[in-house]
Amino acid sequence: MRLIPDSLIKKEKDDNLMFESSRESRIKDFKFGIKSALPIILGYLPIGTAYGILAVNKGIKPVYAVFMSVFVFAGSSQLVALEMIASNAAILAIVAMTFLVNLRHVLLSASLSLHLKNLPSFWYPILGFFITDEAFAVAMAEFDNVDHKKEYYLALGIFSYLGWVFSSAFGAFLSEFINFKSGGALDFVLPAMFIVLLLIQISGRKDLFVAFTAAVLSLFFAVVIGGSWNIILAAGLAALLGVYMDGGE
Amino acid sequence: MEENNYFILIAGMVFVTYLPRFLPLILLSRRDLSSGIVRWLSYIPVAVLSALLAPGILLKDGELFLSVKNISLLAFFPTIFIAVKTKNIFLTVIGGFFSYLFFQSLI
Repeated sequence: MRLIPDSLIKKEKDDNLMFESSRESRIKDFKFGIKSALPIILGYLPIGTAYGILAVNKGIKPVYAVFMSVFVFAGSSQLVALEMIASNAAILAIVAMTFLVNLRHVLLSASLSLHLKNLPSFWYPILGFFITDEAFAVAMAEFDNVDHKKEYYLALGIFSYLGWVFSSAFGAFLSEFINFKSGGALDFVLPAMFIVLLLIQISGRKDLFVAFTAAVLSLFFAVVIGGSWNIILAAGLAALLGVYMDGGE
Repeated sequence: MEENNYFILIAGMVFVTYLPRFLPLILLSRRDLSSGIVRWLSYIPVAVLSALLAPGILLKDGELFLSVKNISLLAFFPTIFIAVKTKNIFLTVIGGFFSYLFFQSLI
């Protein structure tokens, strides 16, 4: 997946251009991050558009719907918020629900911290903003192929973000002109992406067992408890099982 | 909802969404974690992906949707086959997309 062949970088090092080669290699990883964001952008297109259209249909001004995408940048919680606004829920109730839906990011953020150790402080508030299920999943599958993880994640994050903001703006401002039906094949882009990313990261029987357990627990909690706890509970418990299996060796 | 309330609402949503994204990253990246915690965190990507994927494919309106009318479930099989064979994100997404279209056209 490297955009510049290794031989070229080696030649530069031979030419005693270490500074240039490091800069080149940062730019290379940034560009790779942009490329990695493409399937995410494609996946956000139907969801963002649907979000924008739904917001307008619920009587919310397009500009507020887009503000929410610009500042909150968390799709499932935004969709829940629309429903709650439409049913005249209290602001505090909507915020509490948002907290619950987005609490799973704690796990992603903690797991990502293993790969972004001891950076200059200003990187963390920036990279943290761009933590989504999708960018996290792609980064974790591709970090092995990347030398400069922060540049890579930054590009991945910014371009996924732009995809989300533009597709919600597209839906919100052009809702009258779009004949959009949900349930199309584009809705399967993100699940398909998750399938291959999951597969790339399963490197043994223990991983497979953790994945299977997480799937079963997630379904169980979703059906029994409902709401938004299933992801964080299922993932946390299944990962614990992985640690337990490691200890048994 | 009144105009001003949108700003309060969005500010509140930003606050509760940003903190869980930002705090663990800055707090944990500065310290040495015990090997148990590191191992637990290293299983999180696989666990989270699987926990996200399963309900997306197998649930509809909060209930199990095991049926030949579940297009996502049908498309899952060719998609995972392509994923195993290619391990390539773009090919799998494209293959998944067309598998979905194919099953959709049958139903």
